[in-house]
Amino acid sequence: MTVSPLTPTDLARIRADFPILARELHGQPLAYLDSASTSQKPQQMLDAMTSFYSTSNANVHRGVYTLGVESTDAFEAARDAVAALLNAPSRREVIFTRNTTEALNLVAKTYGVQNCGPGDVIVSTVLEHHANLVPWQVLAEQTGATLRFLDIDDEGNLQLDALDAIAREGNVKLVAVTHQSNTLGVRPPVAEIVAWAHAQGAVVVLDAAQTVPNRPVDVQALDVDFLAFSGHKTLGPTGIGALWGRESLLADLQPFLTGGEMIRSVKLERTSWNALPWKFEAGTPAYAEAVGLHAAIDYLQAVGLEAIDAHEHAITDYALGRLAEVPGLRIIGPQTAAARGGVVSFVLDDVHPHDIAEILDRHAVCVRAGHHCTQPLIERLGLAATVRASFYLTTTEAEIDRLVAGLLDVRRVMGV
Amino acid sequence: MDDLYRENLMDHYQHPRHHGPMAECDAEAEGQNPLCGDQVIVQVKLTDGTIEEMRFTGHGCAISQAATSMLTELVQGLTVDEAAALPSQAILDELAIPLSAMRVKCAVLGLGTLKLALHRSAGTPLPAEWGDTDEMVWS
Ligand SMILES: Cc1ncc(COP(=O)(O)O)c(C=O)c1O
Repeated sequence: MTVSPLTPTDLARIRADFPILARELHGQPLAYLDSASTSQKPQQMLDAMTSFYSTSNANVHRGVYTLGVESTDAFEAARDAVAALLNAPSRREVIFTRNTTEALNLVAKTYGVQNCGPGDVIVSTVLEHHANLVPWQVLAEQTGATLRFLDIDDEGNLQLDALDAIAREGNVKLVAVTHQSNTLGVRPPVAEIVAWAHAQGAVVVLDAAQTVPNRPVDVQALDVDFLAFSGHKTLGPTGIGALWGRESLLADLQPFLTGGEMIRSVKLERTSWNALPWKFEAGTPAYAEAVGLHAAIDYLQAVGLEAIDAHEHAITDYALGRLAEVPGLRIIGPQTAAARGGVVSFVLDDVHPHDIAEILDRHAVCVRAGHHCTQPLIERLGLAATVRASFYLTTTEAEIDRLVAGLLDVRRVMGV
Repeated sequence: MDDLYRENLMDHYQHPRHHGPMAECDAEAEGQNPLCGDQVIVQVKLTDGTIEEMRFTGHGCAISQAATSMLTELVQGLTVDEAAALPSQAILDELAIPLSAMRVKCAVLGLGTLKLALHRSAGTPLPAEWGDTDEMVWS
C-alpha cells in the first residue's frame, strides 16, 4: 500500500460531511456498518441535487430554451465524470441505468440474446449476487446455452481449476464474475479470468458494485468487456447506475428498451436508433440523479480512492482482530484483510443472525443479517444466513468497538 | 433490549415445549421463511376433534422458535375449528414484545404452519390471507 490511509483528522472532516451520522438511535449515535448495501450521502451530493432542481431543472435533450440546455449539459457532464472515473476510452461507452442489476440485465438481454445459442457456454461463479446470476440463468433458458459455475474453497477463494474442462467443452461466449463478493469481501482473480476468457473468445462482464465505490477501477487496465456499478453505493442517489461496455461491442447491438431518447427517427413502419450511448437510454433518464452521482464522484476523487481503499483495508484489519476476541464468533470468508475488501460476514455460535442484528440495532449498530442476495453462496458454505458488517470511508475504530461490545451483549441476552 | 428479548421468550427459545417429532400424528405441515431461513415442522395429535398435543421441530431465530413453542401450549385442548380460526394477534399477544413487520413474519410462522396442517387434514383450503403470504413457503 503506497498511499497512507485516512488520518483521524481526515476521518473527522469526512464524517462531518454526512448529516445522517449526527442521528441518534435509542439514545446512542449511529454506527452505520452497512455500506455494502448502500452508502450514506455527503451534504455536497445532497446540495448538488437540490441546487440542480432549484435552478436548472428541465427535461434533457429536447429543450431549446436555456434551462433545457443547462440540464442536458449537466447530465452529459455526469457521463464524462463516470467515463473519467472508470478510465473509459470513450464517453460513448457509458450508459446510464437505474442500478447494477439493470446494467447486468441490459447486457444479458442485448449482448446475451444476440450472441448466445444452443451449445454455447456461459460461465459464472457461486460467489455472485443474484443480480449477476439470475440474468444468466434466464439467458441460458431463453437461448439454450449452458451455464457453468466456478466453485470456491471453504474460505471463499474462487477455484479456477474447472476452467480447463470448460475450455475443452468449447463455445464459451460470456463470463460473468464479481469484482468483490458483497457477502464475503473476497476479491476473485479477475486478471486470470479475463485472460482465460479472452483466450476462449468470450467476453467478460464484471460486477463492480462493490469496488467502484472504494478503490480505483480502470476498465482498460482490467481489460474487461462490460462493467456495472450502482450510484447509491457510491455516495450517490438511488435510481442511477451505469454500464460501461466496449464501443466495438455496443455498436453492433440492438437496443434494450425502446422509446424516447434512444431514437433517431421514427416512421410508422420503421425506427432508426440513436448513436451510442443514447441508443440504450430509453425514456427520460434519471438526469437529476446523474447530477448527484457526479457530485458523489467529485467527492470520492477529492478524498482519493487510493486513500479510501487503504482506509478500508486498515479498518478491516482492525475489525478482524477485534472480532476474534468475541467468544464463539466465526469469520466466514478470508481470515485476513489481505485477501478481501471492507466486508466481513460472521456467525456467532448458533445464535440466529436476525437475532444478532436486532440486538445490535438496540445499540444503534446497523448491520445486515440474512443471505445478502447470495443464496447459492450461503448454501455452498453450509449456512442459512450470516451477519455482515461492511465499512467505508466514514468507518471508525470506535464504531468497530461498539460492534464488538454489542456482540458481547448479544451473548449475554441470548445466554450463550 | 431486555424488553425485546424478555425472559419468557428466551425461556421458550432455550427450553422449547413440546419439541421433537412424534411417531404418529393426525396432521402435519412444514413452514419456511426463506427470508431468514426459519423453518418449523408442526405435527398434531387429535382426539375427537380436539388438539391433544401439538409438537414441533425446526430451527431459526429466537422469535420464530419461541413463538411456536408458546403456540404448542396455547392450542392444547382447543378444538380443530378454534385452532384453525386463531388470529395472528393471539400469538403476538403471547410474545408480548414490539415487533417490526419483518419479525412479525417470524412470529406467525408456527401458527401458519399449524393452520395448514389442520386445514389439510380436514380437507379444507387454507384461508386466503395465509395462503397468499408470499414470503412463506408451506409444504
Ligand atoms: C456485488 C453486487 N452486485 C449487484 C448488486 C445489486 O445492486 P443494485 O441493487 O444496486 O442493482 C449488489 C448490491 O447489493 C452487489 O453488492
